[in-house]
Amino acid sequence: MESGHPYLPITKEDEEEMLKSIGRESLEELFSTIPEKFRLKRELKIPDSHSELEVTRRIQELAGRNQSREDGRIFLGSGVGLHYIPAAVRAIVGRSEFVTAYTSYQPEISQGMLQTLFEYQSLMAELLNVDVVNSSMYDMASALAEAARMTVRIGARRSRFLVPSTINPMHFRVLSTYAEPAAIEVQKVEYDHATGLMSIADLRSKVDDTVAGVYIENPSYLGFIETQVDEISKVVHDAGAFLVAGVDLLSLGVMRPPGSYGADIVIGEGQELGSPVSYGGPLLGVFGCRMDRRLVYQMPGRLVGMTRTTTEPYERGFVLTLSPREQHIRREKATSNICSNEALLAVTAAIYLSLLGPAGLKQIGEAIAYRSNYAAKELSTIPGVLAPAIGRAVWKEFVVRFEKGVSVKAVHDGLLAHHMHGGVSLTKEFPALGEAMLLSVTEVHTKAMIDDLVKTVRETVTRGGRR
Amino acid sequence: MVTQAIDDSKTHQAKWDEPLIFERSTPGMVGHMLPSVEDGIRKTVGSIESLVPEQMRRIQPPKLPEISELQVIRHFTRLSQMNFAVNLGTYPLGSCTMKYNPAVNEWAAALPAFASLHPLQDVSTAQGSLEMMWELEQWLSEITGMDSVTLQPAAGAHGELTGVLVMRQYHKCVTGECTQRNEMLIPDAAHGTNPASAAMAGYEVVVIPSNKEGFVDTDALKSAAGPHTAGLMLTNPNTIGLFEKNIEEIGGIVHDAGGLLYYDGANFNAIVGMVRPGDMGFDVVHMNLHKTFSTPHGGGGPGSGPVGVKQNLAEFLPVPRVVKKRDGSFDLDYDLPRSIGKVHGFYGNFGILLRAYAYIYALGRRGLKRASETAVLNANYCGYHVSRIPGFSLPYSRDDPRMHECVVSAEDLKANTGVAAMNVAKRLLDLGVHAPTIYFPLIVPEALMIEPTESESKQELDALIEAMQRVSREAFQDPERVTSAPHSTARRRLDEYRAAHPKTLTLSWRMHLERQAEEGEN
Repeated sequence: MESGHPYLPITKEDEEEMLKSIGRESLEELFSTIPEKFRLKRELKIPDSHSELEVTRRIQELAGRNQSREDGRIFLGSGVGLHYIPAAVRAIVGRSEFVTAYTSYQPEISQGMLQTLFEYQSLMAELLNVDVVNSSMYDMASALAEAARMTVRIGARRSRFLVPSTINPMHFRVLSTYAEPAAIEVQKVEYDHATGLMSIADLRSKVDDTVAGVYIENPSYLGFIETQVDEISKVVHDAGAFLVAGVDLLSLGVMRPPGSYGADIVIGEGQELGSPVSYGGPLLGVFGCRMDRRLVYQMPGRLVGMTRTTTEPYERGFVLTLSPREQHIRREKATSNICSNEALLAVTAAIYLSLLGPAGLKQIGEAIAYRSNYAAKELSTIPGVLAPAIGRAVWKEFVVRFEKGVSVKAVHDGLLAHHMHGGVSLTKEFPALGEAMLLSVTEVHTKAMIDDLVKTVRETVTRGGRR
Repeated sequence: MVTQAIDDSKTHQAKWDEPLIFERSTPGMVGHMLPSVEDGIRKTVGSIESLVPEQMRRIQPPKLPEISELQVIRHFTRLSQMNFAVNLGTYPLGSCTMKYNPAVNEWAAALPAFASLHPLQDVSTAQGSLEMMWELEQWLSEITGMDSVTLQPAAGAHGELTGVLVMRQYHKCVTGECTQRNEMLIPDAAHGTNPASAAMAGYEVVVIPSNKEGFVDTDALKSAAGPHTAGLMLTNPNTIGLFEKNIEEIGGIVHDAGGLLYYDGANFNAIVGMVRPGDMGFDVVHMNLHKTFSTPHGGGGPGSGPVGVKQNLAEFLPVPRVVKKRDGSFDLDYDLPRSIGKVHGFYGNFGILLRAYAYIYALGRRGLKRASETAVLNANYCGYHVSRIPGFSLPYSRDDPRMHECVVSAEDLKANTGVAAMNVAKRLLDLGVHAPTIYFPLIVPEALMIEPTESESKQELDALIEAMQRVSREAFQDPERVTSAPHSTARRRLDEYRAAHPKTLTLSWRMHLERQAEEGEN
């Protein structure tokens, strides 16, 4: 600090000259409006400054205390996904013209970001088969919460929101936080304990003219594919409610997009499309809807629209639009308080989808279907192990249950000892499933790695869970 | 006539005739290839048709473009060149604190040990991440003068919602007056996120006017505060760039009425190491790590909005909390029965937290204070010199020092030349700098909110002031040159009315194709 700091370009000489030119005696004078009694009269109790080399040492030290793996030995999903990130994605998204810009308030000088976000909206709309996708929410959890609030805003006097009992528990917690102050009653719909599918009878008994929206996940948190989508859609719409669908975006190369079964609002977790898991954030809340003015005008978040120059010769260009929905204009009457979003992850997703194209999306959807089903099938060959323990058709994630007195904890520890990592334990959130674990298998898991997983689980189970 | 001094031919933004990615598509072209599925797997599980139930199979592939890897790279590289950014030039966008985003922080966040760490891994395998988060919480508590911090909110507005929900939980659990206290007091100069966040948390917003000096009108506050008051949300320094001198009185009025005091940290870059919200009487504070603590804005996000609270509110913070155990190891604690719950799927924007950690570690206690000092110096330097340019003035308490930003009014310029703040902003784009924030705060007519930050050198500040001088000269001599700006950006003025009109509203490629088809029919 004695010789200045690379982030602080104003020198002592500059300081004197600048103060003189504005008629101030000292730097202290600029802070004279802060009441003396509140001034901090000591130094902050935090570390002193460090050179960049020292910063890298400290960061490396912390990094050394983490055990992350990129070799396919981790089988965790549950809301974020371990997927391969093409080198071209990293190469482009790291460009500082994208990284160090802010929201494109001056469109003429920000066409790069605006066109890219328009492309993100457009690519995502094709994938989901809806018309409109906003330029991002914080994550899928808050996207769900905002979707619920949106249905209640539109469906005046409707204040209930129904969700499947098999919902992602973390998404449910965030939904609950957002729903409570808006007096939205969130209710769970029963499921079939063998297939996991939503109980249509229970849905029918709960849905009425006080229900604003009904949420389904596809595939569900527990990995099974919800096949009754057309029937659910009909029941929901007959009652005048909105259907909100939360989907795994990478499944959409092989699975029906939510727009094709009448979803009014669609959400998803976009981290999977080219962004690292990064210990849970930043993530990308994907949020879209049908082109229905009732919906679009109540949407939260930023939207980029196509337009042209005001004068001839006309050139195509892009601007932020429908801003009167937003907080900086509408204040307390805004559709949401969101301002900063996850734009850079939307850029990432746009690049990822452009690289993969329809063929790549199909390939990855199939690869995940093959690999996850292979893992389930192989695990099931172990006596006392059932996979999938719920659901007939699964994609990417599936529940594996250990019987004969073997605990999830024993399997988890057995895998850790073999430098592998199993899925999350479901014993607390879904006790009805028994000693169950949620495994996630993606394109990064080779046959050899899956076989190794199965071998290790087999050893643990054979020992009766003992070490 | 335009003189040589206002010749802007030296600067021009890159411009490519780059179509939409969909218009680059060639059927059959491939941009990325995945490993094929091993035969052993296929033999075991059978055909793909047997795996995805027929009624759920996608028949029509998504209409995504088909492009080679190089074409994708070229497309987005070209687009990036048509985007202004901090790394290209001065970005004095008021309230957004567009400071330098240190390069080493990008390196840190990309390390596989952090980037590839799954959030649900066994905590024994994530000790480095948890230690960083715990330490960052300690530092942010000390810097703000609070007792506990949550890192979970993903942005400033998200932090506001979290903080207001904590206040609400306090009234629910402690005072038992949650139903009665249904009003949030918010000054008229506040950021739009304040009233929006309060409304999301279920509050009625009561607007407190500013007085003639640009401060909270304490008489108005007195008459508004009462048994219905849940709290006051305040930005200090305020959005005019002035320090609310009467903060002690303001805090007293709110606390005496039984409300809590919320600090909007959007303008915190002015005062780090000088004065702490906790010492000024605030109960809840949010920080914008993407402003004060240098993390990049990413074209709109991700940000990060940690919330700090006083001890009596700590039990209401979101779960999980990062805890340090007796043996020195770190863990996640979900067992807080009176917590507001969760506001994010996991623990917040970890990658952003790590960058902020590296920034604080690099600058340290003296560097952070020096950053605030020079941010304030730079803003005062700009405010003083720009307000002396013909057409511009510095409304509200002209002789009081500004803090980290100054709000200049172009009211006179508009009256005398017809050139409005918006035109000034557009013309600045031609001169190689980004425009200030315009028309905010709403209480200043023709507002231009300039926040240079500490990252700009004197040379760059002088260039910014000179650019404003040029625009003023042009406004008086050749206003058409200004009102028709920008001239040297990738696009000329864009039609925002057309973008929003129901007949021309186009929010996606498929909507564009539908419009084209409609036009073809007509």
